Parts: sequence; C-alpha cells; structure tokens
Amino acid sequence: MNTVVTTESFVNDLVAGLDRDVASQLADASLPPVSRRGFIKVAGAAGGLVLALSAGLPTDAKAQARPAPPPIPFVPGAYVHIATDGKITLYSKNPEIGQGIKTAFGVILAEELDAKWSDVTVEQSEINAAVYGAQFAGGSLSIPMSWDTLRQAGAGARAMLVAAAAKQWGVPESEVTTSDSTVLHAASARKASYGSLATAAAALPPPDPKTLKLKDRKDYKLIGKRFTGVDNVSLVTGKPLYGIDVNLPGMRYAILEKCPAVGGKVASANLEEIKKLPGIFDAFIVEGSPKATNVMATAVLPGVAIIGKNTWSVFSARKQLKVEWDKSTASKDSWTQYVAQAKELSSKAQGEQVVKATGDVDKALSSGKTVEGFYQFGFVSHAQLEPQNCTAWYKQGPNGDTLEMWTPTQLPGNGLPLAAGVVGLKPEQVTFHQQRVGGGFGRRLLNDFVAEAAYLAKAAGGVPIKLMWTREDDMRHDAYRVGGFMAYKGGLDAKGNLSAWNAHMITFQDTASKQVATAGGIPANEFPMNYVTDYRASQSLLPLSMPVGPWRAPGSNTMSWVTQSFFHELSTAAKRDHVEFLLEVFGRKAGQPAAAPAGPPGLNPDRAIGVIKLAAEKAGWGKPLPKGHFHGLAFYFSHQGHIAEVAEVSVDAKKKVTLHKMTVAADIGPVINLSGAENQVQGCVVDALSTLGLEVTMENGEMQQTNFDKYPMRRIPNTPKVDLHFVESNYPPTGLGEPAFPPAGPAICNAIFAATGHRIRTLPITKEGFTLA
Amino acid sequence: MLRLNVNGHEHAIEDVADDTPLLWVLRDELKLVGTKFGCGIAQCGACTVHLNGQPIRSCQMPVSAVGSGKITTVEGLAAGETLTALQKAWIEHDVPQCGYCQSGQLMSATALLAANKNPTDAQIDQFMAGNLCRCGTYVRIRKAIHSAAQAVKGNA
Ligand code: FES
Ligand code: FES
Repeated sequence: MNTVVTTESFVNDLVAGLDRDVASQLADASLPPVSRRGFIKVAGAAGGLVLALSAGLPTDAKAQARPAPPPIPFVPGAYVHIATDGKITLYSKNPEIGQGIKTAFGVILAEELDAKWSDVTVEQSEINAAVYGAQFAGGSLSIPMSWDTLRQAGAGARAMLVAAAAKQWGVPESEVTTSDSTVLHAASARKASYGSLATAAAALPPPDPKTLKLKDRKDYKLIGKRFTGVDNVSLVTGKPLYGIDVNLPGMRYAILEKCPAVGGKVASANLEEIKKLPGIFDAFIVEGSPKATNVMATAVLPGVAIIGKNTWSVFSARKQLKVEWDKSTASKDSWTQYVAQAKELSSKAQGEQVVKATGDVDKALSSGKTVEGFYQFGFVSHAQLEPQNCTAWYKQGPNGDTLEMWTPTQLPGNGLPLAAGVVGLKPEQVTFHQQRVGGGFGRRLLNDFVAEAAYLAKAAGGVPIKLMWTREDDMRHDAYRVGGFMAYKGGLDAKGNLSAWNAHMITFQDTASKQVATAGGIPANEFPMNYVTDYRASQSLLPLSMPVGPWRAPGSNTMSWVTQSFFHELSTAAKRDHVEFLLEVFGRKAGQPAAAPAGPPGLNPDRAIGVIKLAAEKAGWGKPLPKGHFHGLAFYFSHQGHIAEVAEVSVDAKKKVTLHKMTVAADIGPVINLSGAENQVQGCVVDALSTLGLEVTMENGEMQQTNFDKYPMRRIPNTPKVDLHFVESNYPPTGLGEPAFPPAGPAICNAIFAATGHRIRTLPITKEGFTLA
Repeated sequence: MLRLNVNGHEHAIEDVADDTPLLWVLRDELKLVGTKFGCGIAQCGACTVHLNGQPIRSCQMPVSAVGSGKITTVEGLAAGETLTALQKAWIEHDVPQCGYCQSGQLMSATALLAANKNPTDAQIDQFMAGNLCRCGTYVRIRKAIHSAAQAVKGNA
C-alpha cells in the first residue's frame, strides 16, 4: 500500500499549500515504478477488448481495497475499451475543470495506441481509488502523473491487437505495423481494423508493461497537434455536463445559510414561518462545527437549511429567513487592522521566524548598495463561474445505507471519505459521480460543499437533494487566496550584481491549527535561495481565522509578483538591463541543474536562461517600440513549468494601464494538445491581468465583496494579444493550468514602472491610483 | 398554469411562483440546463437567452412577464444536428475552457451577428462586454465570432 499512502499524503500536502515543494518530488516519486504496474484485462458484456492498466497498486493491495465494480456490464474501471465496431473509449480518471484534461488524456493514449483520433471517445471515469489511484485536478499534475501510465495503456492495447493479427495471419509480430486504428502486414497486403481484432485480442494474455516500447518523439502523429475539446459539441449545444445540471426524479433543492462572519453559530431562526412558505418542505438548524479555517477537515459549518421543491422556492424563502447569529465563535478578522499591523512588524528588526539563512546577510547588506521595498497584496476570491453545488441521495437499505453523490469537485479522492464520515458511512458505501466542473482555480480542492450536501441528504430522509449556493454564498464562504506583505532588502556589489537577499514576509497563521495559512508563508527554498550566498528568508505571523486555500498556482501567484518586482527594483538600482541582470543570477548555476539543492526543487537554471532569452528575443527586448509602449519582463518557475513573459504596456495620463501584448516563452516539456495549451496560457494572462485589479477585504470577519458587482473581473474589451512560444524540450511534460499565471503580473508591473517610473508595491493596483483598461 | 414558448415548443408550466425568474423555470421545470446561473444580479451573462430574438438576462426576467414572447435557449440554436456557424466556429477555435459561460457567450454572439453581419472588434467588445468568462477565453471568442461572420458571408 506504500504507493497509495504516498500519493494521498501528497494530495493532502498539495491542499495544505505545500505543492510547490512537493509537486516536483511528485513528478518523479509518485509515479509507481513501472514494474509495479500491470495490465488487467477485463471481460464483460461490453465486448471487444477492455484493458486496464492498474494505477500502481500491487494486486494484493487491490484485493484489500474497495471492491471492484461488478464486472458486468463492465465499463468503468478500465482505462481503455476497444469495441468490436472500432469505437475506442478512454476513461479519464481526473476531473475536468477547464484545464482540458479529458482531451489531453485521449491524445496521449491514442498516440501510443496508434488510433485514429475520430475513433476515440473520452469519458469521465468512476471515482474509485482502488482502480485509479489518486483522482484529483490540482497542482497542474494530471499530465505529469499520467503521462507514463497512459502511454503504456495505449502501447499495451496496441501490442495485443498486433499479437492477435499476427496470430490470425500466421506471420511474425515483427512484420506487423499499425496506423489509424488498423493493423497492417505489408508483405501480404493484409490489414484488419482494431474493431475486428478486439475480440481476438481480448483472448490473449496482456503484455508485461516492461516489455513495451514507447514511441520516439519524432514519430508522434498526434501529440503536439491541435485538438478541439472532446466535450465541445456538448458544450455549444447546452448538454447537461455540470454538477449544477443534475436532475433526478423527486429531487428537492436545498440552501444552507451560514453566518456572514465566518464561523458564527445559529442562536435562533424563524423556522416555523419559513416552513409555511410556498414550495418549502422543511427548514432546520444545522449545528455543524463553528471552526471555519480548515473547511477541508471540519466539514459542515453551522447554519440554517431550507429544503424546497425548486431553486427559486428556496432562494425566495431565504429572503424571509431571520437568523439570530451567535458570533462568539465567529471570525473577527479585519483587513484594515492587518495592514496596520504588518507595517509595524515590517519595521521591527526582531521577532520573526527565520525560515532559511545562508551566509551572513546582515554583513553583506552593511556594505555596497542596498535597496528596500515593502510589498502588499490583498486576499482574492476564486470566483469560478459555476457556484458551488452538489447533489446527494442518502438511501436506507436492508443491506446497509448508501450515499450516492453527483460531485463537481477537483478532489473526489478526498471528498468521498469526507462525505462518508459526515454521514457515518464507510467509504465503500458511498458512490461519487464526478461532474464536469465549471471552473476550479483550486477552490474545489476543498470539499466543504460536498460535505454539506451529504449532511443535508441524510437529513432529507431518502430523497435526492441538490444543494445550491448563491454567488453571495460563494464569495462569503470561499477559501480565499491569502493576502500578505513582504519587506525586502537586497544588496548589490560593486559590479551591480545581486550580492545579498533578505526577505521578511508578514503572513498569516491559522488560529485553529496554528499552521501557516495555506499558500501563505515563505518557502525555505524560494528563489533566489542558493543563487546568492548571503540569503535570509523569515516570516512573522498574524492570526487569521478566515478560511484560505489553494488558488491557481498557490503561493507562486503572489511570490512571483513580489520577487520578480523586487528583482526589477534591484536591476534598476544597479542601472543594469533587467534581462542581463537576471541572466547573470541564473548563470551562477548554469550547467549544474542537478546540483542539489538548487533553490526550488526542479528549478533548472539552464531552462530558466533559455526561456528568458527566448521571451526577450521574441518580444524585441531593447528594440524600439510603438510610441508610449514599454516592456517589462518576469520569469517564474512553478509546477515544473519554466516560463518567462514580456508585457508590452502603455499608461495614459490618467494612469490607465493597457496591456497590448504578452510575449510568453514556456518550457513545459512536450506540448500534448497545442490548442488546449495555448488556451490555458491565454487564460492565465487574462486572469493575471484581471487579478492585478481585484481584492476582497474582510472586516469583523465578514467579506465585504459578495458578488461580481464589487469584484470587477475582466471582460472582453482590451483583451491583450498573447504571443506564445513553446520550447519543446525533452523533459517530461507538465500541466499548464497554472505556471503561465505567476510571471504575468510582475511582468506587467515592471512594464508600468518602465512607462511611469512608479513602482507598484500594493495590489490591487487601484490602491496606487492605477486602473486597468 | 403558465404557457411558455421555448425553442418553438409550447410548454404548460404548473405551479411556479409568478416572480420566478425565467432562468429557474428553464432549468428546474423544463430541464433545459444549458442556460446557466452565475450571479443572479445581471452581472455575468451566463443566463443569457433570447426573447423574441433579443438577448436578455433570464435571471432578471420574471416568468410571468414573458407572456407569449418566444424564448430561444442554447438548446434551440442548432436545427436538429445542424449546428449554426457560431457553434461550429466555437468548436473549430476550441473556445471553451471550463465552458460554463459559453452558452451565454453564444447567445450574445448569436444576437450580435443577427444585428450586425460583420462586426468590428470594437462592436464585439461593446456587445459582448456583459458576458464574463472567468477562464479568460476572450481571445478565442473574438476569433470565433469573426470566423463565423466570414463563414456566413461565404455561404450567402
Ligand atoms: S446569472 Fe444572470 S447575469 Fe449572471
Ligand atoms: S470558459 Fe470558464 S467561464 Fe468561460
């Protein structure tokens, strides 16, 4: 069971915000060694060849884990099914949240299977840890974690089809080739479709994965090309795909009103009045657990539930709901106070925890030129467009109770045992039907809405219920991106090179767990650790009881902004070209990417140098720009992606900022689906630009912004051009849902400085008098 | 009882409150779930449908106010299996990421092309600004609208 434990604890770490450190280890370590993987051939009514490449559990562990689904009619539980009519179905194990994973998974499998793309259908798999291992969408890890497995699954199925054809034709397998879902024997001009061979192949023993030869990259026919998303036809015709679209016979609708000051309890509510309203079946108090911060573990917050016959009846009844809140347990957090406290703490020379120190930074800073900068960034909301929702059906049965759920989660692997715990069932009594997710951005790595739906379904007494959150619920009860503050001191030597780095972060500590807030804190190995000898990273902690959680490129999305902005302050103070300044720092470790520890694990100085040079070259760095346009560059490494971006910006007299173009150079290893990859990068740039203008602020434990009118995300006007260049390196591929985000914000702010001489040190930029066009 | 004309079909709707927004009648009663809920306050456009060919925010339209007006939802765009030029362009340019906003985007874009066969970038910006895409697929939305406009012109 070792593999499972490792993977699960990885996922927990991921959610706890440690992903930047763990992600890179995972790319190597979490993939079970090939020898421990094996094919399982599954016979069943589906017909044809059904081949599962186990997720890495040894067979004995599989037997002890959840019982496998009944084999007939067998469909889920396998990676690939080749039907006798030639239709090839891949069961995609991870949630689709808009990162395009269903399509990318299909492409990887089809490549090694040598299938014709139009024969391939991709379906969401069931949620079953025994068959699929860890199932989640986060950390841009779906691609790195499944790259080998899917290629082997494709190659394994192909090998069986080849063997079946060779046997039928009485020719050696070595003379048989494949192409476009067809097996060919050139010498005798014979060919057979995969469909026609599927039954014969199913009778053969599956190959040992170790014996499979995977394709050379130069022979790829599909990987790297453009594919439109496999769900796109359903999307443009309005088919039900999302959690919010679930409709079950007899289904009832539920809302759960929670205290606006997070963590408050219900003192009393006008339940009798509510129960009499039209369309209302029930209203009751949910005791829940008032501790708000770790919604992951605490499951259900206190509140008042209303159950009715449709969405509008419960939304309307809610307007009549009067709750007396007991706020003794509620958050009293205040952003205004945090800002004041942080300023004070930043000027104190003592009391902070040293996270990492090398050399003698104080001494180094006492000579040469010193630069200081104090940065502030606010909390932001995920604001995924589909509000939280979840459908659940608790059934009592003679053989024990069961819970069936339709879950739009990013982390079903954790949601399932959580839901089971909430209703007092064992995980094997709970079934999840994973739904397409209308935006994740990390919010749905937390399963609080899943826990709530499970709880309400049990209380509803045998009927399916759909829990609906309003947008206000969503923004009041988000697991926000944590805000923070950074006080930097940097040193420059006589040559104007970086000589010392002192980073003091003022961040947050969860009042309940006493842990550093998720995605807050300064990692011990944050860049430029190990690139500059005299280095210190420290932090001071302010108590926080608002829930915070992973938000697209957790930690990295803010750390990139402070570090890369301050690097620009240093290169500016040194009167050096910024690109040249950065290249000198990375050049200190050039050629020794394996030297451990080289700063953030996985950060490869040569790959960094490569993308910085490429972005500069493609953007025309240092060359004349249209009048009033200015460049800013930033590099950041996260989620195994090395990405440099150059922003081309103009700022008008009223301090309105226009981002005309973002030039992106990305080294993420091989690109799987070029269309999907570009879409993610374009989206990351838009999101990063948008987020420069956004914040949510809490006062007295309540978020002040509860709908989009107070949270003005970007719309279509002035969408920047994105000029994207991939370095198709031979490193293993990584996902692209996140790593293009972190460099974009600081690149834009560095360009604003170039345009105006004003350094943006506070986000949102509106705090410094700027607006976004 | 209420009568509603949606996608060319007459529906009899029993027992919904008069103030129920059209959005929830479509989704909960008629099970036409292509029209989405995003904000409930006319900010996001995820709930966009057509009333007599005009784009409206169905989260703001009480069902009792629809009367005999003709509603079109994303489910009613295609003629059977035949997709519209915009739907085809959306697929060709692989517009969606999470996809949640896209039915609203398509309904707005459809209304735009009905009013203006060859919109400029500025006209697209103006017409489409009410539709939020949290995933930031705007580059592709614009491209797909231009390409559908060209395709329609080519066929005319
Ligand atoms: S749900 Fe109607 S505009 Fe957002
Ligand atoms: S595609 Fe996700 S909101 Fe537009």
